[in-house]
Amino acid sequence: MSRLVDVFLHALTQGSLYALIALGYTLVYGILRFINFAHSDVVMVGAWVSYTLAGVFGWAATGSPAIAMPVVLILTMGICAVLGFTIERLAYRPLRRAPRLNVLITAIGVSLFLEHAGRLDAVFGPDPVSMPKLLSEEPLFHIAGVAVPIVDATVVFLAIALLLLLEWLVYRTKLGAAMRAVSFDERTASLMGINVDRVVSITFLIGSALAAAGGMFYGLKYGQLDVTAGSVWVLLGLKAFVAAVVGGIGNIRGAVAGAFLIAFVENFMATYASPAFQDAYVFAILIIVLLVKPGGLFGSVTREKV
Amino acid sequence: MAPLLQIKDLNVHYGGIHALKGVTFDVDEGQIVTLIGANGAGKTTTLRAISGLLKPSKGSVTFAGKPITGRPAHEIVALGLAQAPEGRGIFANLTVEENLDIGAYLRHDHAGIAKDKEKALGLFPRLKERLRQSAGTLSGGEQQMLAIARALLTKPRLLLLDEPSLGLAPQVVKLIFEIVKTIANDGTTILLVEQNAHMALKVAHTGHVLEVGALAASGPAADLAKDDAIRKAYLGVH
Repeated sequence: MSRLVDVFLHALTQGSLYALIALGYTLVYGILRFINFAHSDVVMVGAWVSYTLAGVFGWAATGSPAIAMPVVLILTMGICAVLGFTIERLAYRPLRRAPRLNVLITAIGVSLFLEHAGRLDAVFGPDPVSMPKLLSEEPLFHIAGVAVPIVDATVVFLAIALLLLLEWLVYRTKLGAAMRAVSFDERTASLMGINVDRVVSITFLIGSALAAAGGMFYGLKYGQLDVTAGSVWVLLGLKAFVAAVVGGIGNIRGAVAGAFLIAFVENFMATYASPAFQDAYVFAILIIVLLVKPGGLFGSVTREKV
Repeated sequence: MAPLLQIKDLNVHYGGIHALKGVTFDVDEGQIVTLIGANGAGKTTTLRAISGLLKPSKGSVTFAGKPITGRPAHEIVALGLAQAPEGRGIFANLTVEENLDIGAYLRHDHAGIAKDKEKALGLFPRLKERLRQSAGTLSGGEQQMLAIARALLTKPRLLLLDEPSLGLAPQVVKLIFEIVKTIANDGTTILLVEQNAHMALKVAHTGHVLEVGALAASGPAADLAKDDAIRKAYLGVH
């Protein structure tokens, strides 16, 4: 019983991380019909920026004040939002009318640039680091005898809060309606007075801020930051991308559902079948879903793309 | 008084294709002006060059005394020039009401928006029953109504309508043209692009005939409707 609860909690935390990252892929795809391959690098930068900020504020040691986490989170999200905005402005916007392949190759270029610029001593440096414990690992409460650490509970709570905030933004505000309109038909949206370039910029701001939160939460939960060009980030981004595709790329609720689905399958299978194939399960789900529903679980005719 | 819309020597190129070859005409305030012609004559291209979806290679567009040539579409709407595009351009992933709200995207006068929404729904009562429905579930005629209602919510001085009768049943076409007249009587100037020359010339004050990218004839709509060559080519009278 306690093992079951333990796996469930892990899956929940991991699903929250995947969801935060998957939304960036799905938001950008919904509007530009383009896979932003540099997105996982924004996650990586988010993690490293939060690490750096904690150091700057002197919160790297244990026993950081309660205000540390929210301050670092907000600043990290802000910095990465600006990074995403800048990437779109400099690298993708000039190619808006270019063939899809050119943009894809550019995205890979941006990805390599971020990974290797990050390795410079003047940036993040070439070695993996330990993330400061901005959140305690003390149990917040127990479920069926299983301790739920403060860090896990906070990560899940904040991730869900951010997801609800995005849901509200997209489905309940004028800006959200404009985003959905642009996603459906850019040309007609511009005839309604919507500045399409601005909507695209805002989409990158939002997607990158969420990715930054995902990166920072990853660091808090696992305590280790891989080098900036490390495979951990690539795999994390890839799984989040799989979540977005499984849910139906372009579909916001689908990305969240896909994220929790793969996190649950991954964790349960690793625990009850074999941990050796932990990553393989994720891609097995992708293959199965695409065989049965090529558009993804929620990518049916009435899909809601942003 | 200067015309509301002045188009001078408008040229558009699509790559190597010269789609519009120097089109010149005016639209006076309060009028319904129609642009008729066969498929591929350049009717939609003309509208797109006016509304900012296309950049003309040469020529000028002046709206309410301001040059708007080559300005982006979203800025032109703000000046009071709306377009209900070809194929209706309904956002099928939004509800009917959200589509209308997107029409009012640039406006902040909540009372005015509410009033105009009531008015638009008064013109198209069928939309009122379907406000919360996904716009993708509407019939073709209802989608056309929504496209016009949505364009009206931008509060336009000039409304460009691109083939509002396309693909609709004769009864619905009649209804749409009746409403076009009502909108014009209410003070909105209309530039109507149509393949259905018969109906278009019936409601319009002035007509222009577009043939392979250039104007072939212009004049009062009633005169064009009587012209033998036009009757033969566009009205199916032999």
